[in-house]
Amino acid sequence: MNKPLTYGLLLSILMVIAPHADHLPLWVSSLCAGLLVWRAYLAYSGHPLPQRWLLLLLTLASTSVLLISFRTMYGREVGVTLLMLLAALKLMELRSARDAIALIHLSCFIIITNFLYSQSIPTALYLLATLLVIVTTWVHLQAPNITFKPRFRIAAVLLLQAVPLMLILFVLFPRIQGPLWGLPQNAYGTSGLDEKMSPGSMSGLVLSEAVVLRVSFTGSPPLREQMYWRGPVLWDFDGRAWTKGQPVRSKAVQLDSLERPLDYVVTLEPHNKTWLFALEMPTQLSIPAGLTDDFQLQQKNSVTARLRYNAHSQLGFRANAEETPQQLQRALRIPADLNPRSQQLAAEWRERLVSDDAVIHEALANFTRENFYYTLEPPLLGLHTVDDFMFRTRSGFCEHYASSFVFLMRAAGIPARVVLGYQGGEYNDYGNYTIVRQSDAHAWAEVWLHERGWVRVDPTAAISPTRVQSGLSAALPDSLALPFMARNPPQWLRDLRLNWDALANQWNQWVLGYDAERQFAFLTRLGMESISAMKMALSMLGGTALLIGLFMLYMLRRMAIRNTDVTQQLYLKFCRKLARAGVTRAAHEGAQDFSQRAMRTLPRHTDSIRNITAQYLALRYSPAGDGQKVVHDSRINALRHAVSAFKI
Amino acid sequence: MLTALKQKFRTWLFRPKIESGTVTLTQRRIFILPTRQGLMLVCVLMLMMLGNINYNLSLGYVLTFLLTMMAVISMLHAFRNLAHLEIYAGHAHPVFRGEAAHFLLYFNNQSQSPRYQLGLVKTGESFWSTAPATLKIDVPARQVIEVAFPLATTQRGWLQAGRLTISTEFPLGLFYAWSYLHFDTRCLVYPKPMSDVALPLDNSPDGEGKRSVAGDDDFAGLRKYVAGDALPRIAWKAYAREQGLQVKQFSTPLGEEVWLDFFAVPDRNEEDKLARMTRWVLDAEAQGLRYALRLPDGELPAANGLAHRNECLRRIALFNLPQQRRT
Repeated sequence: MNKPLTYGLLLSILMVIAPHADHLPLWVSSLCAGLLVWRAYLAYSGHPLPQRWLLLLLTLASTSVLLISFRTMYGREVGVTLLMLLAALKLMELRSARDAIALIHLSCFIIITNFLYSQSIPTALYLLATLLVIVTTWVHLQAPNITFKPRFRIAAVLLLQAVPLMLILFVLFPRIQGPLWGLPQNAYGTSGLDEKMSPGSMSGLVLSEAVVLRVSFTGSPPLREQMYWRGPVLWDFDGRAWTKGQPVRSKAVQLDSLERPLDYVVTLEPHNKTWLFALEMPTQLSIPAGLTDDFQLQQKNSVTARLRYNAHSQLGFRANAEETPQQLQRALRIPADLNPRSQQLAAEWRERLVSDDAVIHEALANFTRENFYYTLEPPLLGLHTVDDFMFRTRSGFCEHYASSFVFLMRAAGIPARVVLGYQGGEYNDYGNYTIVRQSDAHAWAEVWLHERGWVRVDPTAAISPTRVQSGLSAALPDSLALPFMARNPPQWLRDLRLNWDALANQWNQWVLGYDAERQFAFLTRLGMESISAMKMALSMLGGTALLIGLFMLYMLRRMAIRNTDVTQQLYLKFCRKLARAGVTRAAHEGAQDFSQRAMRTLPRHTDSIRNITAQYLALRYSPAGDGQKVVHDSRINALRHAVSAFKI
Repeated sequence: MLTALKQKFRTWLFRPKIESGTVTLTQRRIFILPTRQGLMLVCVLMLMMLGNINYNLSLGYVLTFLLTMMAVISMLHAFRNLAHLEIYAGHAHPVFRGEAAHFLLYFNNQSQSPRYQLGLVKTGESFWSTAPATLKIDVPARQVIEVAFPLATTQRGWLQAGRLTISTEFPLGLFYAWSYLHFDTRCLVYPKPMSDVALPLDNSPDGEGKRSVAGDDDFAGLRKYVAGDALPRIAWKAYAREQGLQVKQFSTPLGEEVWLDFFAVPDRNEEDKLARMTRWVLDAEAQGLRYALRLPDGELPAANGLAHRNECLRRIALFNLPQQRRT
């Protein structure tokens, strides 16, 4: 095994393992890195490879540690980790060409495992670079004596020629909806809303700039302050945290007085939860999902892959004007022994004010009157969270406002609940869609009013109207806690980010989201009729065969180009011109004889025929010496001029 | 019946006919099959496909299709690596049995792309995998290169180059493209000269003989080395001066003649007899003697010189051979 080849294989394995580094257990990453360094050193110094028994021992030891630490033999994580280990260990027994081939196949396979974690555009570009390295090494393995440059060129040509064929296959290969075995596993590395809210939980989430969903509206998008993406609804309060609680007997969903309809398409990033997001209130959805009795869109399975659905919402609605007493009771429960001052305040309002509306209004007015402060970094709260917030700290984030508002309402005898979700979204001009990020996470309240059903009240809007009108960065312009991009970045940077997101969106829609449904739609648009898997397979085979045939023809044509020099080519051009005039040179005919015949047939062109033939013969039969290249070139140019000027 | 049909099919497909002149590897002459490595890649690709479907990996599809199509394209490249290559045979210098016969072949690559890693092997010696003994050739673009293809020699007489397989697995080793070359080129194999035997100086044709080769010390000049010259006679000093391999010639008085007589050879075995006679011819030529050759099927009158030596060796090499090895 020669040195450069070993280095090539090392680089290939390094490139396929490297992206896994951030989610492999630390000891596996360090072991792999150690093995790679060791192998590189052995190749560099020319020391022999370690003994077989040592490798066997190392393999057994690391595999058992792996199995013990994962406590399972099955599953994606353990499989991927094992593959990394084996690839690194295989490098240590790289002795023959067969081992090298096995390693090359293995590294191709490992690339695929990267896609379990990321399939973004940078990942795809990285894939191409990795593939180029692998194929270059592959060619090297077959032809040890070729230098790097032609080797690289051959690899690049192979890949480039494969790209159009790959596209045909990608578009036409009949897609099968997975999974074939096992359950869909959780998407990797996602964070998002939980079915729980406590002080600090939202302000932690909004620090993330990750995309939650992208939405494109049919028609113009609604105003930002009307975009409430409804998520989990929370009922139970233990004094500190709000949770979903146990459902009770309730009325079925009834929505009436619907107005301001809106159609849009949501592409939801996987968040490993069962709920879906839609604008309040959704009435239709293109995928099977139900609306719970508290108007939450819920799917049977978790969203573990990017999900696309069409939705229809009504921005104006009346929700459940009738509720069961149990449900209303549930919306009034508060821990009796906690937050006595707030309870007292609510009772006072209840006594003083007649209508529910007036109580709500008073509660909201209270926030502005008492100089409440909207901040990402509120002071910590004690046992009586609502009391502390209402009378002591008076500064908080949306979860503080929602929590205390609902508490006050319940204490005042108005049924209320907390709703989590996202508020707003950033419109992307470049792709004509709206991006909702984690930083748009929000909590608001809903109160149940007689005859009017559940009505949304957003206490944050009362204290900081800019939050709902222009977003978090506008509401908290100088908060250093926010990530750089969530503050007010310069316009060009914002444009750049939107451009990039538009690209990523297209990528998601057309490359990553290219499933059976998309395939059908795309092929129909291309004009294919009555699409079936058989038909797709046939056109795929036909297309590839055609393209391969074309490649073949091109190659053979290139092969057939003989070593004809410029002089000969120019003379042949001259002959073609004469042939058009009816004087065709026979295969046996020499230039001299031919010119005689041509001059007899075309007496008007005698001079130029004689001239060109003489020039040609001179060039052909008196080769230029080493020092006469310039003279030779000028004579060729003279011939070229003469041939171009020759007209019949 | 089936075997006969199979044979017929092979004959039709591979056309094992003997050719002279220039052979151009046209499309019709090149065959391609996947290698074991290629089949292994198919398995890997299928595994990858399963993963793609199960985990719905769009980029996985991209990778799998890219690799698949690259493998298919590599078939074209393997084919191209052989296609339109022109090959013609040169001649082969006679050798002694045991030495490798070197058949000269000329590879003319007229195209603009170089040909890499062409394997040349005697047909039948290896089919699926390239044996380590395979000769590997690179032919740069627009060049003709000379290749000496070695064949082991096991018996005297004419050695036919036979059918050669020219093959390539370039660029990825996934496909094996090959073609057959069967040139009417042959190499004369002399018997292996017996070692340490003295010339039969006692049976000179005129009956005198029994004299030492006194002229041995009279240095007369240098001539070019021919295979079989005695090592002590090589002019090493001249070789060191980079004048090539030369042999010291010594003058012997004219008329010193020696009969190299088949019937006077003490060995019983015919092959041994011929081996001894080969040695005699070489020694007699080296010592500058005039020597005559007598074989049961004819005689050569006494003479001296390279042409005579070669003729003698040829007669010995072809003596009493069955017809097929005689031509």
